[in-house]
Amino acid sequence: MSETIHSQIRTFVVDNFLFGDHSAPLADDQSLIENDVMDSTGVLELVSFIEERFGIAMADADIVPANLDSVARIVSFIERKREPVN
Amino acid sequence: MCGIAGYLGHLPAGEAQALLQRMCAAIAHRGPDGQGIHVEAEVGFGHRRLAIIDLSEDGAQPMANDDGTVRVTYNGEIFNHVELRSMLEARGRRFRTSSDTEVLLRLYEEFGTECVSHINGDFAFAIWDGARRRLFLARDRMGVRPLFHTMHEGRFYFASEAKALFAVPGIAPEIDPLALDQIFTLWAPIAPRTAFKGIFELPPAHLMIVEEGRTELRPYWALSFPDAGDGDNRPKAELSEELRALLEDATRIRLRADVEVGSLLSGGLDSSVITALAAQLAPGRLRSFGVTFDDPEFDESAWQQTMAQALGVTHHAVACRAGDIASMFPAVIRHCERSVLRTAPAPLYRLARSVREQSVKVVLSGEGADEIFAGYDIFREARIRRFCGRQPESRTRPHLFRRIYPYLPSLQQQSPEYLAAFFGVGVDSPEDPLFSHRPRFRTTAGGKMFFSPELRSTLAGYDAAGELASLLPDDFRRWHPLHQAQYLETRFLLPGYIMSSQGDRMAMAHGVEGRFPFLDHRMVEFASRLPPEAKLNGLREKHILREAAAGLLPPTIANRPKQPYRAPDSASFREANYAVDLLSPVAISATGLFNPATTAKLLEKSRRSGLSGFRDNAAFVGILSTQLLSKDLPKPAPSGA
Repeated sequence: MSETIHSQIRTFVVDNFLFGDHSAPLADDQSLIENDVMDSTGVLELVSFIEERFGIAMADADIVPANLDSVARIVSFIERKREPVN
Repeated sequence: MCGIAGYLGHLPAGEAQALLQRMCAAIAHRGPDGQGIHVEAEVGFGHRRLAIIDLSEDGAQPMANDDGTVRVTYNGEIFNHVELRSMLEARGRRFRTSSDTEVLLRLYEEFGTECVSHINGDFAFAIWDGARRRLFLARDRMGVRPLFHTMHEGRFYFASEAKALFAVPGIAPEIDPLALDQIFTLWAPIAPRTAFKGIFELPPAHLMIVEEGRTELRPYWALSFPDAGDGDNRPKAELSEELRALLEDATRIRLRADVEVGSLLSGGLDSSVITALAAQLAPGRLRSFGVTFDDPEFDESAWQQTMAQALGVTHHAVACRAGDIASMFPAVIRHCERSVLRTAPAPLYRLARSVREQSVKVVLSGEGADEIFAGYDIFREARIRRFCGRQPESRTRPHLFRRIYPYLPSLQQQSPEYLAAFFGVGVDSPEDPLFSHRPRFRTTAGGKMFFSPELRSTLAGYDAAGELASLLPDDFRRWHPLHQAQYLETRFLLPGYIMSSQGDRMAMAHGVEGRFPFLDHRMVEFASRLPPEAKLNGLREKHILREAAAGLLPPTIANRPKQPYRAPDSASFREANYAVDLLSPVAISATGLFNPATTAKLLEKSRRSGLSGFRDNAAFVGILSTQLLSKDLPKPAPSGA
């Protein structure tokens, strides 16, 4: 897992959705929806952040919980998207 | 309609008069037309009057029976007072006034505490029965009128609003952490708990007897539903006809007054039905009132105009402009006496002020139809969640969520997978009694992340939703799921949230009485017996009401999908400097209820990019209103004053 991407995603999620609250540590594999971290508008904020910060164009089909519902999944998704296509 | 206050216990006469003066002064807005105080050996009653029926001094309160042994202080209206008077006269009772207060007195003389079961009305009252040395309090079935009470230094105190109790020396207002948790989960405290420690409210449909130092609380009526599959299965046309007759009668008796009665008209189905019926019963004389917004996302003025023109009523559109909500909000919270999660009470506060400025004291309202005829989105949402839960892998079923929230752009853009995830909470537990409300409770409770470490520690292990579930009646599990959801809305949210923060309190802040035909208990009982599909037909809400109202309304209104009443939340406070002050780390630390650092980030985000989700907006308004409540809490009067 890329440390740079990981730390940027973690910082965004904690700052933007948890408002810096560290009282209940967020595990990397914790569901953002099931743990009330992110709602429907949060998804759109997250998509906007990923596109702007990492230069990734996200298709509708990309915007699914399988790609975005935990810090680990988001990082993994960004890494896959940034890999050169052979 | 009025404000009441009083106590039971020994107080020196001079002290009692002064105390009742202060208690009445605290709720003077509820009754600007007069004041009455009565003190005897061990009891004192105060009354602020809003004169509506029998405007003469004959209707003044506190009112006693002929020999002075029974005395009442009463807030509300008995809509069937004409019929009750006839019935009591036939039984030999003689009347000396034309007021409905005397009807209550005579009714008590005739039936004792059973008198409440005869009343069709909205009321909160106290009766002192001197012969039995008994104080008797009661509150209407649906919780339209408020009634608070507390014990202090061996004396029992009661009042229409908590602020009157804080006029008693030694009663110090203090925010109740459990109530705050309940509000930040369920939107409302669970009665008898209120926002304040040690201050209780009489639950709806309950009576209380205080006698020889003992206090007895008991229900005299209960909202109930038939077992699933049972209920009123008469032909649809017959049910629709009966509903129409009930609507007409409930509206007719709510037009009884010796002053002008107006009607609130939002442009939606419910208020349009009531306004149409009132216009038929008072042809050419009805004035209607509706609030409008600059922001087209919230504005319904075009619908109001359509309806007003169709009915030929004189409509007053009251503009709630940018900045109005923020400027009114401190006063709104003073009147609500609790934290709120939305700004929706503020435009209604503005509306009531305009109604009063037009010299109208009484307005009809369509409130209550969404509860009893299943109009709220949450009922449709629960139905779709059950539908999705039966085929969790389906990619097509979650698309239905978009249909019920056309006004939420962020949901319209979501994939079926995300829609299923957002609404998926609890779908694997269809037997959960709180199934319908789990997503709402969970999203709302997300705002508790802003609670301070100290508050979290105090609340450790407390489960507000669990407490709510523990209070459900024994037969609840046998009811149809729609009826279970309706019970939660009608029994808890209606009195605890809608009526207390948007109904009585906003109107009475300006001495305006709201009357609610849909909350006539005959209508509530009729609606509860209806088969679920008569109310929620597929995803068509308030189905039978639309059928019954056919011909009353233009088709565009009759077939209009439900548009929830909303107002801008955190965005309302962008220019409000007081919000910055109250949410500052210094102010937040001083109150001690919230986390200064996370609250600062919430404020910063609201100023930078705006808050878009429900959780964050609800948390913002919830924290701000709690801070306002804390700041405005009256300082306790010194003991012995």
